[in-house]
Amino acid sequence: MSGEVVGVWIGAILTLGIFSFLYKDNPFYKFSEALFVGVSAGYWFVVTFWQYFLPKLIDNLALAYTVLAVEGRIDYHWVYILGGGLGILMLLRLFPSVGWLSRWSLAFIVGTTAGLQFTRYLESNGIIQVKGTILPLIVGGDLNTTIGNIVIVVGTFCGLIYFFFSKEHRGAFGGAARIGVWFLMITFGALFGYTVMSRMSLLIGRMDYLFSNWLHLIG
Amino acid sequence: MRREVPLVLTAIVGLTMIVSHFIPPFNILKDLFEDWFFIIAAFAIYLGVLNLLRVNADKLYKKKPDAPFGLVVILGFLLITIPGLFFSGGRSFSDPGTPFYYLYIHVYYPLSATMFALLAFFVASASYRAFRARNVEATMLLVAAFILMLGRVPIGDWMTAWLPEGYRLGEWADWIMDFPQTAGQKAIMIGIALGVVSSALRVILGLERAYMGGE
Amino acid sequence: MNQENMQEEKSFWEKLLAIDRRIIFLFIIVAIALPLFFKVSMRIPVTPVAEGTYQAIENLPAGSKVLASFDYDPGSMPELQPMAEAFFRHAFRNDLKVVIMGLWPQGPLQANIALEEVFQDEDVKAKNLQYGVDYVNLGFTAGNEVVIDRMGHSFEESYPRDGQGTPLSEIPLMRGVRNYDNVDLIFNLSAGYPGTQEWVQYAVDVFHVKLAAGNTAVQAPAMYPYVQTGQLSGVLGGMKGGAEYETLLGIPGRAVRYMFSQAIAHAVICLFIIIGNLAFFSMRKRRAS
Repeated sequence: MSGEVVGVWIGAILTLGIFSFLYKDNPFYKFSEALFVGVSAGYWFVVTFWQYFLPKLIDNLALAYTVLAVEGRIDYHWVYILGGGLGILMLLRLFPSVGWLSRWSLAFIVGTTAGLQFTRYLESNGIIQVKGTILPLIVGGDLNTTIGNIVIVVGTFCGLIYFFFSKEHRGAFGGAARIGVWFLMITFGALFGYTVMSRMSLLIGRMDYLFSNWLHLIG
Repeated sequence: MRREVPLVLTAIVGLTMIVSHFIPPFNILKDLFEDWFFIIAAFAIYLGVLNLLRVNADKLYKKKPDAPFGLVVILGFLLITIPGLFFSGGRSFSDPGTPFYYLYIHVYYPLSATMFALLAFFVASASYRAFRARNVEATMLLVAAFILMLGRVPIGDWMTAWLPEGYRLGEWADWIMDFPQTAGQKAIMIGIALGVVSSALRVILGLERAYMGGE
Repeated sequence: MNQENMQEEKSFWEKLLAIDRRIIFLFIIVAIALPLFFKVSMRIPVTPVAEGTYQAIENLPAGSKVLASFDYDPGSMPELQPMAEAFFRHAFRNDLKVVIMGLWPQGPLQANIALEEVFQDEDVKAKNLQYGVDYVNLGFTAGNEVVIDRMGHSFEESYPRDGQGTPLSEIPLMRGVRNYDNVDLIFNLSAGYPGTQEWVQYAVDVFHVKLAAGNTAVQAPAMYPYVQTGQLSGVLGGMKGGAEYETLLGIPGRAVRYMFSQAIAHAVICLFIIIGNLAFFSMRKRRAS
């Protein structure tokens, strides 16, 4: 029996283990779930080691050491020790007495993310989207585009008004907020429809795996 | 020290990332900080893994009722970690043919994909029990969902084949996606962008300290 | 008599609503699994956004370079793998050069799986495509959006070598490809983060490169604003998007085949919602009277 056939059988049994939860919670499902948790943790541990830890930290320090050993000068790559140090501080979270030191690593992460996202969200998701909403409300000779533009401008504007919670939603402001809610409901309805499509697609994939790859009932 | 150093660190790093956008020579520092970010992120993952192993080892040690499953978690972790670190050819660990790739395709992938596929059943059950047209807003959500679900599959056009072309369910779904749905998404997107910008500024300026936790 | 009927009807709707959810699960299994056994061809209408993705690739002259980023894992295969195969068929049919990469570790592997499938086509075999000349797989590099940002300055900074360890300078296809200025289009298949949004934010809006995408159905609606502003040329959404792409190419594949299951499943969900609401309104009316 080839390794591939054994592998498909393992995959199929584990798939059925997870699906058994649909009947009721049972030890077979609990085993599959626990295995999933362990294997996921292991997967990310391995990927992180080879793809992040080694190239970003060890390789840079190794380069710095090589330069020191061969050329006798201190290379700037030694500065990666600080990065490694911050990483080790993160692990101290496991020990309550010194766990507060992990705040330094967390602060670094938060600062980097905040700085990176500040400009990108402002430009791509803010300014360009606002610019794209400034549309002509009357397009001569093209009723479809006129209606479409009105819908986009009114919908975006009223949706944004709804999200403004510093002012009470009353009067004309409240009316605009209500229209905004309607547009958001349409958006969420569309999102629900697409989510159903996505989940069903995943299930179709698993069914195809069981009937085609495992049982060979479908060509 | 406990709170001041992190605040200063956040400010320096955050401002460097922003300033590098406008003053290119700062890119050297930006690149360095980005690399450190990934080193710390790697350790954060190790922290999570170690904590997971500690919790499950604790279950075993204290002989809790679900201790056997704690053992399964630990064994599952070792099952993929040992081949991945030592027996899969080093940096080409994920190439087809390695033990790691085999375990990934035949253990991790079926488990992961099936966990997500379970959601299909719960979406169906929840739709049946909870999706109610209780008021105007819920009805609008329901109608939009119906039009999209049927309009995005050939059944929609088949059901409305008697309508002239351009007015069938598929075209209604297209129109909803291109206009009202896009408007709603734009409002959400712009709102989120403003939220991210203001949160980022508050964090960098030290006004927001919740990420540091208590004490 | 009327009172008795009302009691019966009430208990019928209550029974219907209280039905064991495992019955619902069974309906879903049958709705999904049974159609897989039937080869039913369905007409797949094409949406404007899918047309946008198709045209972005179709309008490229022969010899153009496309950077294809595979940012998904096997969990999203049912939705994105048909798009990957259709993309390669489209690119090779039009004699485009493809540079494959991934921001997810499994992405480049998925690309190889799609290539293996596509290389079995007779017309693709006839082209005698060569690795390093017609296509290249740079593999995965860690860094998420940072990779996208750095590639805008230099591909070699993020990818000094390809997935097989060959330095970029020794790969014929990569000679003269320094950064985004030297690629004609980016094609991205995305299942989450990092994905299409990051490509828009860090590549399109900073380096002004053209982008077309395929997304899972969960995130496709959120890409429509990018299409409306022109930041994205088009987006394929979920399995339907894959079916649309296959239809536009004239090569129906897995996605078109799966659409029958998808259609029946959607109809069943709609039916459940209708029944649930009928029961709800009926019971509400009973209580009111």
